[in-house]
Amino acid sequence: MTTIDQQRLARVAEAAYQIRMGVLEQGEAQGEGYVGQALGIADVLAAAYCDKLRYRPEEPEWDGRDRFLLSIGHYALALYAALAAGGVIPREELLTYAADDSRLPMSGMATYTPGMEISGGSLGHGLGQAVGMALGLRVQGRGDQLVYNLLSDGELNEGSTWEAAMSANHFRLGNLIAIVDLNGLQADGRTETVLNNEPQQDRWAAFGWQVQRIDGNDLAAVLTAFDVAAANAKVDGAPQVILCDTKLACGVPILESKEKLHFLRVAAEEWPVAKEQLTAGYQGQEK
Amino acid sequence: MSQPKRSAAMIASIADAGVKTTSAPFGHALNALAAVDDRVVGLTADLSKYTDMHIFAAEHPDRFFEMGMAEQVMMGAAAGMAAVGLVPFATTYSVFATRRAYDFLCLDAAEPGLNVNIAAALPGLTTGYGPSHQATEDVAILRGMPELTIFDPADAVDVEAIVPAAAALPGPTYTRLLRGHVPRVLDEYDYTFEVGKAKVVRPGSDVVIVSSGLMTMRALLAAEKLAEHKVDVSVVHCATLKPFDEETVVAEINTPRLALTAENHTVVGGLFESVASALVKRGIGKQVHAIGLPDAFIEAGALPTLHDTHGLSTDAVVRRVLAELG
Repeated sequence: MTTIDQQRLARVAEAAYQIRMGVLEQGEAQGEGYVGQALGIADVLAAAYCDKLRYRPEEPEWDGRDRFLLSIGHYALALYAALAAGGVIPREELLTYAADDSRLPMSGMATYTPGMEISGGSLGHGLGQAVGMALGLRVQGRGDQLVYNLLSDGELNEGSTWEAAMSANHFRLGNLIAIVDLNGLQADGRTETVLNNEPQQDRWAAFGWQVQRIDGNDLAAVLTAFDVAAANAKVDGAPQVILCDTKLACGVPILESKEKLHFLRVAAEEWPVAKEQLTAGYQGQEK
Repeated sequence: MSQPKRSAAMIASIADAGVKTTSAPFGHALNALAAVDDRVVGLTADLSKYTDMHIFAAEHPDRFFEMGMAEQVMMGAAAGMAAVGLVPFATTYSVFATRRAYDFLCLDAAEPGLNVNIAAALPGLTTGYGPSHQATEDVAILRGMPELTIFDPADAVDVEAIVPAAAALPGPTYTRLLRGHVPRVLDEYDYTFEVGKAKVVRPGSDVVIVSSGLMTMRALLAAEKLAEHKVDVSVVHCATLKPFDEETVVAEINTPRLALTAENHTVVGGLFESVASALVKRGIGKQVHAIGLPDAFIEAGALPTLHDTHGLSTDAVVRRVLAELG
């Protein structure tokens, strides 16, 4: 299924490649990190930061921007790479990831990084803040500005997420779009064994949300879902959720095969291989 | 069997007999502020009628948001609203604002330094419902939160001044809200509320009581009664508990007078310990007697009985001062 223009697709695919490479560079700089999740969500972030979001790279505080809220603070390295791909921060700054005095801490914080809207990390906070922003924009007559919140499947364990899900529908926040990364893994193991939260579509639908579920690593599907969501976004309509099934470490076979994917430790000699595999995969895709 | 005292716990008045009151000063002050500042919005977690937010809701239905019994999302949403340029005031009871929603006030509002204003009714021991509703440790919970300003108003005069002051501060605030028919006593004294300042409301040569919240009202009433015993009592009111005005308080305590603190809160982690810390930092070994709640879950019952049992009533303050004078 694709009605996406090939040029657009190629442009966003290139951005996704750059984001993944940025993630690997940050991982290599630290030797470890939440690299698996970041590689898995790269396609979604490429679609957001290099296609759909309205923002000004040179003016991150521009009041007319769409908001993209990263609840999952540990995905920060993915967002930093997306901010670099979008021109908000310099690409070379990625090498300071998690270093002392860096603007790019291990867990994302609004107070540190230009373009980072909230301080994530304590999970279950993002959707509530998104509700407030969507309501706040609407009450000021700015309901055409969209509020996106990227959360994870593990985050759906938190009751506060469901308080916010109820609230978003109660207030008919059609300017709010949640994106859930369903990578199936959390700190203690497989999500289905830690605290099963399927069936996802039914749960969100029961809370009054419009639901799409896609393969979050199929870029054409991601772009289509974003297009549908943007077209459906009515200021007093139902809130929307895009459920994205993603593959941890997607695009880098040497990392995909690792077992402890929640917090990856990678040997120094593996990073160059990872980058070669990423590039080879991307070039293969192009052909 | 004696006739049970009507507890009417949730609406129990804190006004002593003969003290004049003002109805819903918070709601009216919020309306006055909203009339001149269109950034002001109100939220509540299913407690508008019990926090005087209903006054604002009636006047500004388009700027009022009923969040339901969902304190976590209320705090997060208030932070989100502040992040897009609004000035939210959010109300619930103190127990829920502190125990249930701490993480959300801390990380969503305080860490980014957002203008989120929490007005929390039933602070300390102001209901007879028992520990589920008695926020006897709310200040202790919140004092360690960076960036947060904590107000403990004595009466309606303070509440009316705190609302615009809280909005004018760039960061988050927590106000120990007095609601309903709120005593008005500070207008009888030469007193003006100032953020971050302790004020000598009443001078006195024999005893100094450093107090906050409704205990300032009780201390002032007790001071009048103690005058009949030829005891001259000074009352120093700390309407802002954080940041704490250590300079003023230490200067008032560090005199030959008998010194006490008086707070509607456990003696753990509140006003008494703020004073003690200020003294120790300066190497001052002055004895200070603490009037406050015990480190215990308080029993259910009629509020006047509980206040008398635990030393917060006007008469209990009088008895305590006389006892300490020996």
